[in-house]
Amino acid sequence: MSGSPALWSYLAAAPLTWLTVTLLAFLGASILSRALRHSPLANPVLVSVCIIATVLWLGGTDYDSYFEGAQFIHFLLGPATVSLAAPLFDNRGTIRRLAAPILLALIVGSSVAVLSAVALAQAFGLPEPVILSLSPKSTTAPVAIGISEAVGGIPGLTAVLVILTGVIGAVIVTPLMNLLRIRDWRARGFAVGVAAHGIGTARAFQVNETAGAYAGVGMALNALLTSLLVPLLVSWLI
Amino acid sequence: MLSALSLLLTCQLAGELVTRGAGLPMPGPVVGLAMLLALLVARPSLIETIRPTAAITLANLSLFFVPAGVGVVANLDVLSADWPAILAVLALSTVLAMLAAVGAFLAALRLLRRDEA
Repeated sequence: MSGSPALWSYLAAAPLTWLTVTLLAFLGASILSRALRHSPLANPVLVSVCIIATVLWLGGTDYDSYFEGAQFIHFLLGPATVSLAAPLFDNRGTIRRLAAPILLALIVGSSVAVLSAVALAQAFGLPEPVILSLSPKSTTAPVAIGISEAVGGIPGLTAVLVILTGVIGAVIVTPLMNLLRIRDWRARGFAVGVAAHGIGTARAFQVNETAGAYAGVGMALNALLTSLLVPLLVSWLI
Repeated sequence: MLSALSLLLTCQLAGELVTRGAGLPMPGPVVGLAMLLALLVARPSLIETIRPTAAITLANLSLFFVPAGVGVVANLDVLSADWPAILAVLALSTVLAMLAAVGAFLAALRLLRRDEA
């Protein structure tokens, strides 16, 4: 092991290392998630973040060196956000058919998601950067990270809060809707899409195909509305 | 693939130029999304160019936010005291948002049906 310190310092500084570690961690986490039948609690993003954080901690690597490599993956958030236009366009028939319920539920659900997060966070006395990072938590992660950056939150914190929101929504939605005896799959799906973005949408698809389609529409429309709402509300509330 | 990627990046770049140029507080890619949607409405045949590439990016969407998620390790010690409150806010706010959305959706459906009847 005589050459290992030199080898380690090469590896720790090379962007290739962290790009590869990120891909392998996510691949491993995806296999685990599949083995656990896509349980929301074994979310691949949460699991791979934990794996990578442990690797960084064990190797004494700071986040900046890690990001040198991981930025190539991070960059793809932008084009991925733009490509959300495709499923939205493909679902235009659905949106047109039920325009009134969809628009009303979107405006009400999206406003409650943002307002309740900010008001509760203020009531709990959380620091301002945390409140700002919390505000877009119901929006799909690439858009939420962009909103957080734009209003002065902590993008990394927003990423984790968004994922936790998705996991909470995905775990709660079915028992909550059954408890309230709501049987309309369109309403159930749309609500979880607005409140818990992609992770909620994935859960809706597992339960019912119609619920999944409406959840996808709710998620995409909410991404558009929240990026208007949060900057407006932030300048007004905080 | 190449033309789809060019179209996605062009929309994103245009979105960044608009938001930065006009000093808008919203993320540039979201304006890019709106622009692409407008293009698709104007020329529906474009969807065939976009769809395969969009399907690939969207299927791997969760991978793309891992690097930002790892960023939270940088804030972990600062926030350790706040985590119980943060989790409470997330859980309460998510339930409230779901109840509000499902209530509004059902109420609007009921109004529509009454109009038709």
